[in-house]
Amino acid sequence: MATTNEELPAKIPFWRDEGKRALVFQAVALVLVAAVGYYLFANTQANLQRQSIATGFGFLDHEASFEIGETVIPYSASDSYSRALLVGALNTIKISFIGIVLTLILGTIIGIARLSTNWLVAKIAALYIEVMQNIPVLLQLFFWYAIFYESFPPPRQALTPVPGVFLCNRGLIFAVPAPHPAWSYMGWTFVAVLIVGWFLNRWGRKRQELTGQEFPAGMITIAMAVVLPLLVWLVAGAPTTMDVPVMRGFNFSGGVTVSPEFSALLLGLVLYTAAFVAEIVRAGIQSVGRGQIEAAMAIGLRPAKVLRLVVLPQALRVIIPPLTTQMLNLLKNSSLAIAIGYADFVSVANTTINQTGQAIEGVAMIMLVFLTFSLLTSLFMNWYNKKMALVER
Amino acid sequence: MKLVRVLVVTLVVLALACGSAFAGKDLDAVKKKGYIQAGVNGSVFGFSKPDEKGIWKGLDVDTARAVAAGIFGDASKVKFTPLTAQQRFTALQSGEIDILTRNTTRTLSRETQLGLNFVTVNYYDGQGFMVPKKLGIKSAKELDGATVCVLPGTTTEQNAADFFRTHGIKMKPVVIESTSELAKTFFAGRCDVLTSDASQLAGMRAIAPNPKDYVILPERISKEPLAPAVRHGDDQFRDIVDFCVMAMINAEELGITSKNVDEMLKSKNPAIKRFLGVIPGNGKSLGLDEKWAYNIIKQVGNYGEVFERNIGINTPLGLSRGLNALWTDGGLMYSPPFK
Repeated sequence: MATTNEELPAKIPFWRDEGKRALVFQAVALVLVAAVGYYLFANTQANLQRQSIATGFGFLDHEASFEIGETVIPYSASDSYSRALLVGALNTIKISFIGIVLTLILGTIIGIARLSTNWLVAKIAALYIEVMQNIPVLLQLFFWYAIFYESFPPPRQALTPVPGVFLCNRGLIFAVPAPHPAWSYMGWTFVAVLIVGWFLNRWGRKRQELTGQEFPAGMITIAMAVVLPLLVWLVAGAPTTMDVPVMRGFNFSGGVTVSPEFSALLLGLVLYTAAFVAEIVRAGIQSVGRGQIEAAMAIGLRPAKVLRLVVLPQALRVIIPPLTTQMLNLLKNSSLAIAIGYADFVSVANTTINQTGQAIEGVAMIMLVFLTFSLLTSLFMNWYNKKMALVER
Repeated sequence: MKLVRVLVVTLVVLALACGSAFAGKDLDAVKKKGYIQAGVNGSVFGFSKPDEKGIWKGLDVDTARAVAAGIFGDASKVKFTPLTAQQRFTALQSGEIDILTRNTTRTLSRETQLGLNFVTVNYYDGQGFMVPKKLGIKSAKELDGATVCVLPGTTTEQNAADFFRTHGIKMKPVVIESTSELAKTFFAGRCDVLTSDASQLAGMRAIAPNPKDYVILPERISKEPLAPAVRHGDDQFRDIVDFCVMAMINAEELGITSKNVDEMLKSKNPAIKRFLGVIPGNGKSLGLDEKWAYNIIKQVGNYGEVFERNIGINTPLGLSRGLNALWTDGGLMYSPPFK
């Protein structure tokens, strides 16, 4: 600041100084927002007190005393509300994660099919997109759920397409290998192979930059990922015992059950969101100029490499931002679970609200949980977007 | 400083604007509005459900009509808001509805923590289990490992979990928000058992594809005194709602029906005279017209009539009076003297 400069006319009053004025306005805006926020909070508190409605999060430690249909972690009615809510949050993560992965795969396939030169394939893909995009997702959920419980037989007459696999109105129940240490060893081996593969890939690329020679890191990793866990399995004693589901009393016991609620929700969300993803993928691919592909082919790249090295990196820049929106949509739509009985976070929180009467706290938690999940997803996607963005040299 | 003053003034204005919404008395608000907004279930046959012509029918509906008849002398001055189990308390707290007549169980925590007051019980219920007949089950204790369809957000989930825990058996709940969707799911065989208040089970069974294929097991695993509720803060309104419900019970005790109420006006029995306002006093005490009880009985009927019309033995629900008979017949329905 050159305030001591003699040549300047008399000091500018602060309300004429644009910089200071802006500061004042910002401070006023901040105070106003804070005041309104505080007012809303205080008013709610006062009104709740006047109507003698209890507030606070103390109920989280109380016994939940209700059961939950499907859980990722062990849970029983004697656990606390916080545990019950955790179970619900994990169920939301489960459906969202599996849903997003399947949506990406299906959406990409349909998006590419839409561009197919085969007339029939392209038209079928177009029809799929038009139909799925334009039916409300809640309706689709009801439809798939009704199909599950209306068309499959009761458990005693379960369909058995393959021995050990049962299909009935209680869900898809199938045999899994009985617990054995070998299985976790194999899992760790697989993870180790992936890490080694990542370094191998890096090393291979560096070598290629230096010498021009290619190194088939991908193929080697895949081969290792198949062979090494198999070897571990053999060394650990080659366990073959299966945990086969058996009809006992009302339901199957043993094996793994995929419930109709989960299946219907997954199917509905994936089929619906995949239609949007397909359009995004198509738009991304079409955004890459024809000249780019021709140029890549002219310098002798094979078609697979044209796609991997030229088309995809450019298409992804167009695809990723709208794709993030669709992933968030799927995540948020998963809260429709309550309509068809899947025990997601909203469903568990609803039960909690009703048993405790703490509606404001419960709804605040629902908002907080979905906000956190959404922000984490978009944080990750933004990081990925930056990584994929055009690097200007 | 000027800014602070502006801020303070703004806040005061805002506070006054928002605060006034909570200041009015419920009764005045209802009278000014000219009708009662009643929160009901909307999908339980026999308790509250619109018929094919869109006319609301049921025990809870008639209870709300009785209150309208008491306050306005016209049982039709009531509008109904169907509410889910989660919405109901918030709707009452926020003033969206004036009374809640939605098969709601009176409990200590609801009475103390939700800012509402329950009035006289209009139906004594209990949670039960319904199973398909072909399972051949005689008692709920045989239900180990069963998949149970539960309506969320009631004490139902907790009661079921408690029952199974007490008997050391396991259950797998399927929780679906809407009553009709839950019923469809159960009747399609997704669950082995449907649990809810026995009256609701009977109501759902009545509209099942084959009502005869389902039985309600004998166990009642909870006490469910279903009572209308009003907000805290207007005791006069609470008294009126309370006595409008009790008027129907009292009328049955006195032998007054919608058919004979006009003849009863000439009765020599002082209890009847006081009740129907021939000897004035009750109306003034409540702040109502002296004919308030007459209007309720004339337009809606006594408790026995309302019960038999909506859920009684000759309706598709086929419920017997049981606990809901008058105390003189071995039930729990008992009205304090109207004097």
